[in-house]
Amino acid sequence: MGTSALRSTAVAFVSTVVFFGAVGWITVHAPNWPDVQRSFFNGTVWNQSVPDIVPAFWVNVQLFCIAEVLILVLALVLAVLRSLPGPVLFPLRLLATVYADVFRAVPGVLIIYLLGFGIPGLQIPGVPTDPFFYAVVALTLVYSAYVSEVYRAGIQSVHPSQEAAARSLGLTQLQALRYVVLPQAVRRVIPPLLNDFIGLQKDTVLVSYIGVVEIFRQSQIDQAAAFNFTPYLVTALVFLVITIPLARLVDVLIARDRRRFLAGAR
Amino acid sequence: MNVPPRGEPAATHATPSLQPAGRTEPALRVEGVWKSFGQARVLRGIDLELAEHDVVCLIGASGSGKSTLLRCINLLEPVDAGRIVLQGEEITAPGADVNRVRRRLGIVFQSFNLFPHMSVLSNVTLAPRKVLRLSRRDAEERATALLGRFGLADKRDDFPDRLSGGQQQRVAIVRALAMEPDLLLLDEITSALDPELVAEVLNVIRELARGGMTMLIATHEMGFARDIATRVCFLDSGVILEQGPPAEIFGHPREARTRQFLQRIVEAGRL
Ligand SMILES: Nc1ncnc2c1ncn2[C@@H]1O[C@H](COP(=O)(O)OP(=O)(O)OP(=O)(O)O)[C@@H](O)[C@H]1O
Ligand SMILES: [Mg+2]
Repeated sequence: MGTSALRSTAVAFVSTVVFFGAVGWITVHAPNWPDVQRSFFNGTVWNQSVPDIVPAFWVNVQLFCIAEVLILVLALVLAVLRSLPGPVLFPLRLLATVYADVFRAVPGVLIIYLLGFGIPGLQIPGVPTDPFFYAVVALTLVYSAYVSEVYRAGIQSVHPSQEAAARSLGLTQLQALRYVVLPQAVRRVIPPLLNDFIGLQKDTVLVSYIGVVEIFRQSQIDQAAAFNFTPYLVTALVFLVITIPLARLVDVLIARDRRRFLAGAR
Repeated sequence: MNVPPRGEPAATHATPSLQPAGRTEPALRVEGVWKSFGQARVLRGIDLELAEHDVVCLIGASGSGKSTLLRCINLLEPVDAGRIVLQGEEITAPGADVNRVRRRLGIVFQSFNLFPHMSVLSNVTLAPRKVLRLSRRDAEERATALLGRFGLADKRDDFPDRLSGGQQQRVAIVRALAMEPDLLLLDEITSALDPELVAEVLNVIRELARGGMTMLIATHEMGFARDIATRVCFLDSGVILEQGPPAEIFGHPREARTRQFLQRIVEAGRL
């Protein structure tokens, strides 16, 4: 047992080294490598841009955190609206459905453009002009449409007998949702929710289009100043460092859910 | 709708019907209840009456409509026609407060349906706290007493998936009892259990019967029905074909279909 585990680790290690070694060798022996190296891997530009770019990432972090909280709330409201039965609530269900369809159909960049340039363009007194505000609003609207679908799948995955049990004890529809259905639904959708938030994290760079100076806009500025692409590499690296741990966390959570499921826990 | 007899004093509470003097209303009265699912006519004119402290067992083949009848009484399914009257109050009336009715009716299902994300204690205290608005302390006191009475005192902080089937079903019974219902509906509560766990659950029901709980029990356990029932109802394709004291139904069934059904049960070794 022990030796075979050791053996497969060794094989994995060797094949990894060989594979990436080959990729590296091909890259640096490409005919135009010296040019590429100068424009993407320039040490001086690197040192100049890191102090600019890393603080600019703080804007993305703020954007992400504020939008995430708003998304979690708005999406839950939308999902609950769509799950409520009864003919009286049909208009609300319809509205929530149309919302989810529209905001998933239109590319996010367009929503950001339309809101970020369109609404301030109306010049209504008292309406905010800060692009950061519209960045938060646009990301919230777009992502809530996706996240509400995730919640809804979670709600539907809770067996109807759970609601029946709650209602039979005299709980109202809303109480059954609040205390019995939603807690189980949310637990089940945590991994897919985190997946959506990995997407959101990266999509925060889209708001550079309406003039929010965040990490991507800052690296464009630095790139233009130095006439060199190294700042983009810095930006890519920042995202790698932030996103990979989150991606691993999602994997761990999914694996844990699977184990629970296989262990027969409901 | 019942009209109060002439000369009756007006009731102070808002029940739609009044009790004639000197006669107590039955705990439950089912009158001509019909229920279809699409083309399938599952209940075809059910009439049934339970007095206080009655223990009525519903027997009948799979698909005869036992569960559907219990779900209709608990208003989990709307009836197509007929009335259901609980202690003089028509609960199938259009304006009836469904949640208030359900507080007075406990139901326990074949599949337990405990809330898996809550401890045993929270399962039992949820409805008393949220529906009856008991304080956490009062609800926990009530729950602890009930759990203790049914041998579950040491399970209060466990989650349902750590319990055996028999223990889960007893928790489900305690959860229903914590609402102090006037009537308990039990739907084949031992069918999902391993044979060696059936007795512990049936003993709980026996104790409840001794305590005077009014119960309507759908069951395949004929020995148990014979033991415990004040009356047995044989349900056949959506009608109550025959009812009477257990000795009569099991000893001298009048209807051929009842005899056939019991014959099959005997052959299957369940009586
Ligand atoms: N929600 C539903 N939709 C459609 N058909 C249903 C529904 N519930 C029950 N039925 C049908 O109604 C009939 C009676 O079902 P019911 O569950 O009441 O029988 P039962 O006497 O409880 O049987 P069992 O002993 O197997 O529990 C069955 O044919 C069933 O398929
Ligand atoms: Mg049934």
